[in-house]
Amino acid sequence: MRKYVINSSLLLSVIAVIISCQNQETIDLHNYMSNGKDIYKAKCQNCHGENGEGLGQLAPPLTDSVFLKTNRDRLACIIKNGANESFIINGKEYKEKMPAFPELADIDVAQVMVYITNSFGNKQGFVPYAQVSKNLQNCK
Amino acid sequence: MNKIISSVAICLLSITILSSCQQDKKLPFYGERHAETVKDAAGVEKIDTVYQTIPNWSFLNQDSVVTTNKATDGKVYVADFFFTSCTTICPTMHRNLMTVYKEFNTNPDVMFVSHTIDFKYDRPYVLKKYAQKLGVDGSKWLFLYGSKDSVYTLAEKNYLVAVGEDSTAKDGYIHQGYLVLIDKDRRIRGAYDGTKEDQVEQLRKDIPVLLAEYKK
Ligand code: HEC
Repeated sequence: MRKYVINSSLLLSVIAVIISCQNQETIDLHNYMSNGKDIYKAKCQNCHGENGEGLGQLAPPLTDSVFLKTNRDRLACIIKNGANESFIINGKEYKEKMPAFPELADIDVAQVMVYITNSFGNKQGFVPYAQVSKNLQNCK
Repeated sequence: MNKIISSVAICLLSITILSSCQQDKKLPFYGERHAETVKDAAGVEKIDTVYQTIPNWSFLNQDSVVTTNKATDGKVYVADFFFTSCTTICPTMHRNLMTVYKEFNTNPDVMFVSHTIDFKYDRPYVLKKYAQKLGVDGSKWLFLYGSKDSVYTLAEKNYLVAVGEDSTAKDGYIHQGYLVLIDKDRRIRGAYDGTKEDQVEQLRKDIPVLLAEYKK
């Protein structure tokens, strides 16, 4: 009986730890989303649109989940350093220049990246700041 | 007795409603004005207010064709100043203006005129590519290229929009994002901040009001 109590309390505490971890991540995700949205409105919405719809052929939409997933590790670099190449987004080619945002700190990049990858129909979940920082060190 | 009172009241009410309907809304005039003595059709002299007007102009359009004020004469049009490599307010201005353009796309009395202030880079073929990528075809929306002097003077003196080169600005130029509404007699009748959706919505409502002034 005693063994049973110990075992089950152990089990319970493990479950509790897991749940609270998840909660911490949910809280982080929530914070990133709300700060990320502010950054998006101030810096990105002019080109990419309120609903990530883009602007004609001048700026691509942010609704291509497959592109965002395949380029997951590059997104931070694109956001911080801009881009000047040819992207196929939702089956259409885009090759205008996106400006760099040197004023964005790593945490800002992480927040706006989490925001776009979890809005406009995208659902890629949370990416911690440390991971984004690491990605930013490996930009080409 | 009661019946009489109520029918009088109804009469009065309908008169006020009708007369308030007839009181047409008129858009204001912007810029300088002065009084001038003019002769009316019967040759009688009277004092009239004369408003600031947009002078004659001549620029290259997005098809590299010389285009003058003849293109907009007798039309209501919306003018703005921008440049294609602008990464801040211009995309928002033109995203918003696009909604107005789409609404009046089939109205032959309405035009759109965007002047580039980047005289170094925005040659007509650059403007053409920009227009196409924005989603504009044809000549209802003109994208005009001209010398620095001619465009900057037109902006500041005539359309009352501040523009300038500024090496400290993110893209090298500063300018105001106004959409300026011009009537068929080249007078300024409105200026709307093209970065604000509510003001652009007002522009969309004011164009028919301005067109209606000419319907009588
Ligand atoms: C001046 C317009 C402009 C602004 C402002 C801008 N972008 Fe872009 N963005 C572009 C263009 C143009 C491309 C395509 C670049 C290319 O083809 O090389 C692009 C591409 C992207 C892409 C990859 C392609 C896609 O559609 O998924 C992402 C992600 C992105 N931008 C995110 C952002 C974020 C986040 C911000 C704000 C920090 C931002 N952009 C601000 C114009 C802009």
